[in-house]
This record gives sequence, C-alpha cells and structure tokens, in this order.
Amino acid sequence: MKNDSRARNHPAWWAFFVHRVSGLALALFLPFHFWALGQGLRGEAALDGFLAWTEQPLVKAAEWGLVCLLAAHLAGGLRLLALELLPWRDWQKSLLAAAAGLTIVVGLALALAL
Amino acid sequence: MTARTQTNLWIAQRASAAVLALCVVVHLVVIVYAMRGGLSAAEILGRTRGNFGWLAFYGVFVLAAAVHAPIGLRAIAMEWLGWRGRSLSIALHLVALALAVLGLRAVWAVFAP
Amino acid sequence: MTTLQVDVWRGAQSGRYQRFEVPREANQTVLDVVTYIQRRLDATLAYRFACRVGMCGSCAMTVNGVARWTCRTHVSKVAHGGRVEIGPLANLPVIKDLATDMREFFDKWARAKGSLAPTATRRDDFARVPPDSPARAAATAGIECIGCGVCYASCDVVAWNPDYLGPAALNRAWTLANDVRDGARVERLRAVAGDAGCHACHTHMSCTERCPKAIAPTASIAGLKRATALAALKGEL
Repeated sequence: MKNDSRARNHPAWWAFFVHRVSGLALALFLPFHFWALGQGLRGEAALDGFLAWTEQPLVKAAEWGLVCLLAAHLAGGLRLLALELLPWRDWQKSLLAAAAGLTIVVGLALALAL
Repeated sequence: MTARTQTNLWIAQRASAAVLALCVVVHLVVIVYAMRGGLSAAEILGRTRGNFGWLAFYGVFVLAAAVHAPIGLRAIAMEWLGWRGRSLSIALHLVALALAVLGLRAVWAVFAP
Repeated sequence: MTTLQVDVWRGAQSGRYQRFEVPREANQTVLDVVTYIQRRLDATLAYRFACRVGMCGSCAMTVNGVARWTCRTHVSKVAHGGRVEIGPLANLPVIKDLATDMREFFDKWARAKGSLAPTATRRDDFARVPPDSPARAAATAGIECIGCGVCYASCDVVAWNPDYLGPAALNRAWTLANDVRDGARVERLRAVAGDAGCHACHTHMSCTERCPKAIAPTASIAGLKRATALAALKGEL
C-alpha cells in the first residue's frame, strides 16, 4: 500500500518539498544563468542586449521568483545543517518558522528594489 | 559505489552547502543592491572587471555549486526517476563538468577586459 | 444510536475498500470498530492486535491515510463526517486485509546491525553506565522503540528507495552506537552508512511526527550522519 498526501501533510514534509523543488529549479536555471553572463565575453553591447530583454515584466517576475527560490533553498539548507549538526532540541518548528521568515524577508527586499 | 564513497558524497554536499551559504548571502545582498535603478552591463562590469576579489569569490562560488547541484540531483534521480547505477553516475559527472566549465567561463567573461 | 461508515481494505496488494456500518459508541477506538466488524459482520476480515492498551504496537494500521495504533485512536478524533477509512500499514507487502508481512522491516533491523555485540562475560562485573552521560542520554532517547512499524510505514524514503533501512532500524543502531558495552561500533557504522542507510534520510520527519512513543528517529539518524562522517574522515569506514 502506498501513502498519499494525507500522510505528508505536516510542516517538516513541506519544508523538504520546498527545499527539493527549489533546488531542482535552481539547478535547471544555473546553466542558463552562466550562459547569459558569458555573453559578457562578446562585449558590453552583447550583455546590455541581453539585459534589455530581461526588462520585460514577465522576466522580471521570473527573476524575483528565482531569487525567492534561492532564499528558500538557503534558509531550508541552513535549517538542515542545524538539524543534522547541532545537538537535538525540540525547536524544529521554530527553525522552520525562522527559515520561512528569512525567505519572506529576502523576497520583500528584492520586490522593493525591483 | 561503496558506502564509504556515498558517505563522502554526503560530506561534500554539506561542506559545499556551507560554502554556498556564505556565497549566496553575499550574492543576495549584491543582487538587491544592484537591481535598484535597473541593471546595466556597465554597472556590473564596472564592479567585476579586473577585480581579483570578485574573480576569487565567483570562482569559489561556481566550483561549490558544481559540487553541490549534481549531488542534490542524484537524490532526485534515484528517488523520483528510479535512475541508478553507472549511467547516472556518468550523467552527473557531466553535469558537474558542464556547470564548472560554463560557470568559470562566465566568471572570466565578467573579469577579463 | 448513530452509525459509523467504515471503509476497510479487503484483499492483498490489489483489492478494494469495503464499506461497513458500525454502531457508534461514546468511548470507542478504531480497534473496537475493527473488532466489531470481524466478530459481528464479516468473520473473514484479517487483522492483528494483542494488548489493546497501547503497549505492544501490534494493532498499527493506516487510519484516514495516516499510520497509527488503532487501540489508541479514538473514533471521535478521526471520524469526521461520520466516516473512517482503515487500511493496512503502507510500505509493506499485504498478507490479507489489514495484516502486513513485516519480515522486511525486521530483516532491515538486522542489516543495520541492530543488536548488541557484547564484550563482557559472566565473569566480568556489571557495566557501570551513568544514566545522564551524554551517550546514555542519547541512547535513552531512542530506547523505547517496540518495533511497531508506524515510522517505517510513514517514511517516503522507504517507499522511494527499496534498500533504505528505515527509521526504526537506524534509530536502534544509534542507541547501540551510544552503548558503552557494545563491541561492534565500526561494523555498525559501515552497515548504516550510504544510500541504504542514514544518508538517504531527507529529514521529512514523518517518522518523528507519527511515532506513538514520541521517539525522534530523525534525531538518531542525524547522530548517525555525524558519526559516519567522522568515521569516514578518520578512514575507519
């Protein structure tokens, strides 16, 4: 018999899911990111050309999303390092809240800067 | 792959994570700072061109990511795609190589005159 | 007298949920419901229980999608809308209806070297172990496991990775790794390291969430991660 979503509906599982999906998305995005910056090899004009393309609202939104994913993956990762390496305490739920909070802060900071 | 190798992969994953944590914090600060008023090549390259500090920073960043991402993808491939064994190992080595090459090329692209 | 709609898994790996109507009582556990069905409605229903007072772990089943001890699950806590769904524990082969084949669960316990390797003989004095020493405190935190299988049934890594030893086996290995009387430390660390062992744990914490004895296998597995990493760095693995 297999478990369904009812078995998974608790905070730590969602933290895992966010961490895994954000990591996957970032891993898929990274080659594109490197390629785009590599455009700088072709000179400033080529890089500016690319940056102009990123000014489109949809792209800006996607960029904001990616930064949020990065912040979420970082926060989740710090939580994991704490859970695995520090002596065990019953503050996991607080750790999770802290990680979520950190992600939101970064997302907001970027939204304001955009 | 032996249990010892798999343990070393875990260690590499956590060690690269710690390095990336520092790099990402710096990177996020730079992103938020740089995006104010819009991005321009001149602004970016003005910061990075000829700057050995940024060269070293981004070089370490890229290499840590090239270690960290494939090990993470490995777990996903094994658990969600049922992909195991030699072919997966080869594919992941290629991913690591691609990330390192593309990444270091990008680092050089923004450093070199 | 109100009634409860109870959907019970019938069959083995393939099968279906069969609906029964069971009289609702003021104080009623899910095990009471299963017992009523088997005694009054359908004698062919297969299920396990023993103590029925929350000590043995035999009555573990999947109730509304969640692994629990049915003798310690009040119907009033789970029967939303007057309905309950009861199935066998997940991640284990089903023998019949609500009874699962737990051999793999215990085989993995053995593969994790989940038993003490004694170093003393009857001629030696008793081992003196201060109960609040860090090692003994760590062992004590995980020692109450009775092998009910709820954690194993709750773990997605067990479902995704057939070789994964699972939370209970790893938890037991951790208690032994902290036992000063044990003589098989390095062999045990070798047994629990790698893709089939502690490193496959992704901290979903479903085990810790569901353990009826309030044990945190995630904490034990984290301890094994640290111990195996140190052993690997020292060249012991």
